[in-house]
Amino acid sequence: MATEILMPALSPTMEEGTLAKWLVKEGDTIESGMIIAEIETDKATMEFEAVDEGTMGKILVEEGTEGVKVNTAIAVLLEEGEDASAAETAAAEAPAPATDEAPKATEEAPARAPASAAAPAPASADAEPDWPEGTETKTQTVREALNAAIAEELRRDPEVVLMGEEVAEYEGAYKITQGLLDEFGAKRIIDTPITEHGFAGVGVGAAFGGLKPIVEFMTFNFAMQAIDQIVNSAAKTLYMSGGQMGCPIVFRGPNGAAARVGAQHSQDYAAWYAQVPGLRVVMPYSAADYKGLMKTAIRDPNPVIFLENEILYGRSFEVPVLDDFTIPFGKAKIAREGSDVTIVSFGIGMTYAMEAAEKLAEDGVEAEVVDLRTLRPIDYDTVIASVMKTNRCVTVEEGWPVGSIGNHLSATIMTRAFDYLDAPVINCTGKDVPMPYAANLEKHALTSVPEVLEAVRQVTYR
Amino acid sequence: MAARKATAKTAAKPNVSSEELMAYYRDMLLIRRFEEKAGQLYGMGLIGGFCHLYIGQEAVVVGLEAAAKDDDKRITTYRDHGHMLACGMDPKGVMAELTGREGGYSRGKGGSMHMFSKEKHFYGGHGIVGANVPLGAGLAFSDKYRGNDNVTFTYFGDGAANQGQVYETFNMAALWDLPVIFVIENNQYAMGTAQARSTSTPDLYKRGEAFGIPGEIVDGMDVLAVKAAGETAVEHCRAGKGPYILEVKTYRYRGHSMSDPAKYRTREEVQKMRSERDAIEHVRTMLLDGDHASEEDLKAIDKEIKGVVNEAAEFSKESPEPALDELWTDIYAAEIPQENA
Repeated sequence: MATEILMPALSPTMEEGTLAKWLVKEGDTIESGMIIAEIETDKATMEFEAVDEGTMGKILVEEGTEGVKVNTAIAVLLEEGEDASAAETAAAEAPAPATDEAPKATEEAPARAPASAAAPAPASADAEPDWPEGTETKTQTVREALNAAIAEELRRDPEVVLMGEEVAEYEGAYKITQGLLDEFGAKRIIDTPITEHGFAGVGVGAAFGGLKPIVEFMTFNFAMQAIDQIVNSAAKTLYMSGGQMGCPIVFRGPNGAAARVGAQHSQDYAAWYAQVPGLRVVMPYSAADYKGLMKTAIRDPNPVIFLENEILYGRSFEVPVLDDFTIPFGKAKIAREGSDVTIVSFGIGMTYAMEAAEKLAEDGVEAEVVDLRTLRPIDYDTVIASVMKTNRCVTVEEGWPVGSIGNHLSATIMTRAFDYLDAPVINCTGKDVPMPYAANLEKHALTSVPEVLEAVRQVTYR
Repeated sequence: MAARKATAKTAAKPNVSSEELMAYYRDMLLIRRFEEKAGQLYGMGLIGGFCHLYIGQEAVVVGLEAAAKDDDKRITTYRDHGHMLACGMDPKGVMAELTGREGGYSRGKGGSMHMFSKEKHFYGGHGIVGANVPLGAGLAFSDKYRGNDNVTFTYFGDGAANQGQVYETFNMAALWDLPVIFVIENNQYAMGTAQARSTSTPDLYKRGEAFGIPGEIVDGMDVLAVKAAGETAVEHCRAGKGPYILEVKTYRYRGHSMSDPAKYRTREEVQKMRSERDAIEHVRTMLLDGDHASEEDLKAIDKEIKGVVNEAAEFSKESPEPALDELWTDIYAAEIPQENA
C-alpha cells in the first residue's frame, strides 16, 4: 500500500515550515533512515529522514514551497511492486493537511480551582486539643523532644534510617541525634561525607527503594546545594510516575537565623519549600509540636521538609507523657485566644507573636495567636475563622518579605474573608536584605516585638 | 583495583545460544523500530515537547539486560525509551505515555523523560542530567540495607559524567560498597558538544580511579561485548565488592532531541557509523554467518516487531487523553497503609 510522507513537526512549537530541498527524486529507492529532504523551521534547517522503505512515487509539494503546514502530505512512497498509479490514488485521497486529533477525555470535569471565589465560605476550625485533658506532662527542651521522637520511630520501624553530616559518632552538630548511634548502630545511623547534593540524592533513591530515610542537613542553608534533589526528584516523582513511586523521606535540620552567623548561614526557607506541591512543610514552635509532628513526618509516605530552629533547641515546654504522641499535619493551634486581633505565625516567629500578645493584654487588647505549625498543608480554616472573629490580622515570620508566607495568607484572607476585614492585613517579616553580621544590624534585620506591636496598633487604629 | 582496558573488542566465538542471540536481535530491533515510529509520531505532532531517540545505542541496554536478573534495578536519564523496552515494559504503555494519554505508564503525566515501572524495577526516566546518579546509589543502598544481592544499573551519558554530584556519588558508593554499576553511555556528544570540547581527559572509565572504583571500556556497538562486561560488573557487585564503572562507547544516529539540526557533526560521520558499526547489523551477520538463523527467520522477527510497534502506535493514538481530574491526583501518597501505621 502506498504510504504518504507527511510534513513533519521538527520542534515542540513548529506549525509550518519551508520545504527547502528534495534530496531524492521520483523513482528513487528510499531506505529507512535516508535523508530525503531539507526543511527550514523558524530556528534551523533540518534534515528529514525517511522512516519507511520503498520507492519515491510522487512528490506532492515542490521544493522551495513556504508555509507548508505540519502533517500535509508532501510525497507518496510506494512499496515493492506498486506502480505510480497507486501514488496518484493515494495523493487524491490525501486529506491535506492530515489531522490526527487526540480523542478527547470523555469527562470534561471542570478543573478544580485552588481557591473558591470571594463568597465568604464559613470556616470551621478544628479545635480538638492535641492531647486529652488530664494527661501528665513533663518539661522538655525542643532538643530532647526531637531526639525522643526520632528514637521512638527508629524503634518502631526497622526501615527508618538516619543519615547526615556528623549525626552518628559526633552525635549531631546540634546534639539532636545524641545516643542514637549507641542504640541503633552504624547500619541505621549513618555519617555522610560533606556532600549535600549527593547524600540528599542517595536518601531519595533509598526512599524510592522503600526505606524511610531521615536526612539531616546540618543547617538548611546547605540544603540549597541539594534543592534539585528535594524538588525535582523527591517532590515530583509520585506525580510524574502516575502514582507508582512514592518518596517517604524527611529532610530536617535548623533553618533561619541563629545568632551572628552572617548571610550565608541565616536564611529562612519556609516560603521557598511551602511553594512546592508534593512536599509537606513543617515548622514547629513548641517542644510538644516538635515531637508530635516529627513522629507524623517520619510516618508520612511523602517527602517532608522539617524546619527546625537552633535558638529554639534549648527552649523548654510541656510535653505530654504518652506512649505514642503524634500531631496531624494541617492543623493549626490557637496558642492564645483573643477577640481583638489575630496574629498568625509559625516556628520562631511565635516568640515575637506570644510576647507581643502578652504586652497587648496589659493594654487591654486581646490578641488571638494562631500557630500554623505546618505550612503545607496550611490550615486556612483556622486562620479564616479567627479573622472572621477579630476582623484584623497581623502575620509574623523571620523570612524575607517578597513572596512570604504572610503575603500568601493576606491574599487568602482577602479572597475568603474580605467583608470581615476592618483593616488591611500587615505582614511583619525579616527585612529585604542579606543577613548582616554586626549584632545591632542583625537584630534590626529580623522582625521584632515592637514591630508586631506597631502593626497591631495600626490594624486596630489605636 | 586499577582501571583496565578491555583487550578483546568482539567475542570471536560468542558464548551464547542461538536462542539468546535471536532474542538480542529481536530486542534491539524492537527498540529501533519503536524509536523510528516515535520519531514519526513526533513529526505528526502526536508526541510533544522533548523526545530523545535511542537509535544507534540499542546494544548497550540489551547487552546489560542480558547480564541482569529480574530483581535488579535500573535508572537512567532522559534518553530512556530503550531502557524501558529492554527491561520488558509494554511498548503500548511507553508509546501512550509519549502521546500523553491515559494508557501511558504515568497516565500521561510524565512524558518521554519521566516514566517508571515499579513492577519491572525501572526507576525512571529523569530529566535533570546527572540527578539520577545519586538516586541509583540510593536504590543500591536500600538493597544493601536489606541484605539481598540485587544490583542497580545506573545509566548516564558522557555529558552527565561532568556533573559534580556524580563524583559525590562515586565517593559514597565506594565508601559504603554499594552494589551499583555506573554505566556511562558515551555516545560522544553531550547534546551538541563533542566529548573533546567538554572533557579534559577522554577516558571516562578511569573517572572512578580516585575513589578506588574499577572501570572498564566496552564496545557499545557489540551486544556480546556489552553482555560480557555486564557480567563482570554484576559479579563484582553481587560479591559485595562495591561499585563498578562501565564506559560503553556508543553512537546516537539521530539528533540530541527531535529539534536538533545536528550541525556539530558531519553526515558522513553518522553514515560511516551506520554502515560500518551498526549493532543490529552486527548481530544479524552473526546469526546468518553462524547458521543460527535463516533469512526467513529474521524476516519473521522483522514482521513480528513491525506488528508490535504498529499496535503500540495505534494504542497510543486511541487511548484517550487523561481525564481533567487527573490534574489533581498523585501529588501526595494516600494515607499510610494500615499494616505500616
